[in-house]
Amino acid sequence: MIPKAEAKNIWVLAEQRKGKLVNVSLEAVGLARNLAGSSSQEVWAVLLGKDVAGLAESLIQAGADVVLLAEDDRLAGFRDDPYVDYLTHLVGVYKPAAFIIGANSTGKSLAPRLATRLGTGLASDCVELSWDQADGLVATRPMYGGNVMATVLCPEARPQLASLRPKSAPRPVPDPSRKGRIEKADLSGVNVRDRVRLLEQVDTAGDQVKLEEADIIVSGGRGVGGPEKFSVIKGLADACKGAMGASRAAVDAGWVPYTHQVGQTGKTVSPKVYVACGISGAIQHLAGMKSSDIIVAINKNPDAPIFKVATLGIVGDLFEIVPMLTEAVKKEMG
Amino acid sequence: MRIVVSIKQVPETTEVKIDQAANRVDTEGLTRIINPYDTYALEEAIRIKEASGATVAVITCGPEKADESLREALAMGADEAFLLSDPAFDGSDPVATAYIVARGIEKCGPYDLVIAGRQAMDGSSGQVGPSLAEELGVPTVSFVRKIEELKDDYIRVQRMTDDGYDVLEGPLPMLITVVKEINEPRLPSLKGLMKAKRVTIPVWSAVDIGVDPARVGPAGSPTKLSKVAPPPPRAGGEMLEGTPEEQVRKLVARLKAAKVL
Repeated sequence: MIPKAEAKNIWVLAEQRKGKLVNVSLEAVGLARNLAGSSSQEVWAVLLGKDVAGLAESLIQAGADVVLLAEDDRLAGFRDDPYVDYLTHLVGVYKPAAFIIGANSTGKSLAPRLATRLGTGLASDCVELSWDQADGLVATRPMYGGNVMATVLCPEARPQLASLRPKSAPRPVPDPSRKGRIEKADLSGVNVRDRVRLLEQVDTAGDQVKLEEADIIVSGGRGVGGPEKFSVIKGLADACKGAMGASRAAVDAGWVPYTHQVGQTGKTVSPKVYVACGISGAIQHLAGMKSSDIIVAINKNPDAPIFKVATLGIVGDLFEIVPMLTEAVKKEMG
Repeated sequence: MRIVVSIKQVPETTEVKIDQAANRVDTEGLTRIINPYDTYALEEAIRIKEASGATVAVITCGPEKADESLREALAMGADEAFLLSDPAFDGSDPVATAYIVARGIEKCGPYDLVIAGRQAMDGSSGQVGPSLAEELGVPTVSFVRKIEELKDDYIRVQRMTDDGYDVLEGPLPMLITVVKEINEPRLPSLKGLMKAKRVTIPVWSAVDIGVDPARVGPAGSPTKLSKVAPPPPRAGGEMLEGTPEEQVRKLVARLKAAKVL
């Protein structure tokens, strides 16, 4: 914990994977820029990795005033130990008031460990963050599968940690005229325990758009009826340059791999558009997609609960509607 | 090998009432179950026990009636159970809870592996697992979807990532959190449930596990829950009527108007 009176500036973890910034980090920089507003706080992007200095400029263009560059061989691929050890050191040296970390598989592992190490508080998987003159970071986070929204404060301990759900904030438009500075972190003498070895990073998603990062997700459920019929869902997802999702029923039936599952025991997503095809809308599924901007439901059963949360609903046969929609989207997208 | 599984008892549904006057979630009267994510942790520990003869201890922090969930875990195949219960623990945030559970785990003896679910269905923070590892001073791998190899002092696992998975190895003791993909949990047997009824489960208070009272409960928690509210209602849905062609045309028009196409 660092003294409240000494804490200032809003930090964002600039996470990169295989030398590319992850989207949620840029979203968090844009959000931090808004929070910093006209106050005297600076937005710092903390860039960890190996040979990653080239990414600093895009962080400045996204809204960072300072890029704190921490480069080390041990930071090349994510492991909790070196990330937490180095971040603890940097927080101690620079004393940020708040620290926003993307709530993806890296951040969800790293942030709690960092909170405990620093003796500070963490609001996890936030969908909204605002700034209050007295309280600092005000975090809104879903509980009970999105049926309860909790406002979480961290009154005394600093830095206030928050992990931000991907797609909760818009991706900032790069501003090439923005100026910022790069601060090189001195990592000498930091005691790093390096207990876990990363042997391999397997990319099963390939070139496909990832669920967490997609603007449009097209999901299929029990109503799709079989593994080969998922090509209809995939066809629309591809036409939209989006990702394919699935309900638990479709995953448990073995039609689609688990990595595509949206819902309580799968992934939580909040794309701009979520198209639910042949998904009845069990509460466990809704928990994973309810925060999407626009929900489109296509289902044969007019009484399906999915229509209760849908922005736009179509009662009909998905095998008739979806292929037609795919053609129309292809035309629109040119 | 001794494995500790950290579980939580949660209401069986996420459709809960909000008592806005009292600014709290009302779960009174709801049936309580083992957090579904934790059943994968339990199952994995029991499978290791069946394959190579480990002892499985299960621990939870909660009210006295949380012992029902511990008995269910015993009925699934766990060997020992420990309940951390004290009014002083009520209202602990995840950082404080991890601190309590860590001291409980240390009191219940040496361990090689700690397994936790990836998050609880009620609070949904997913914090306690990794925070617990930090409190215990052991390494963590979160979101484990497969244990590839486990020896007396070594583990190799697959960790689910946003792109696929990572393969990681490290020394024991270690804490892992697991995802649904890792296994399919069994149900407790009736015979097991009968037998578990007769087990005496140690109940430990703040004093028993030697926690600093200043680090637990609302006063010892760095975060405060300042408000709970229902989610903002979704804008009124619109059903698109007409022939399939018309429905699709209307949908495309709406999506264009919203600038998503």
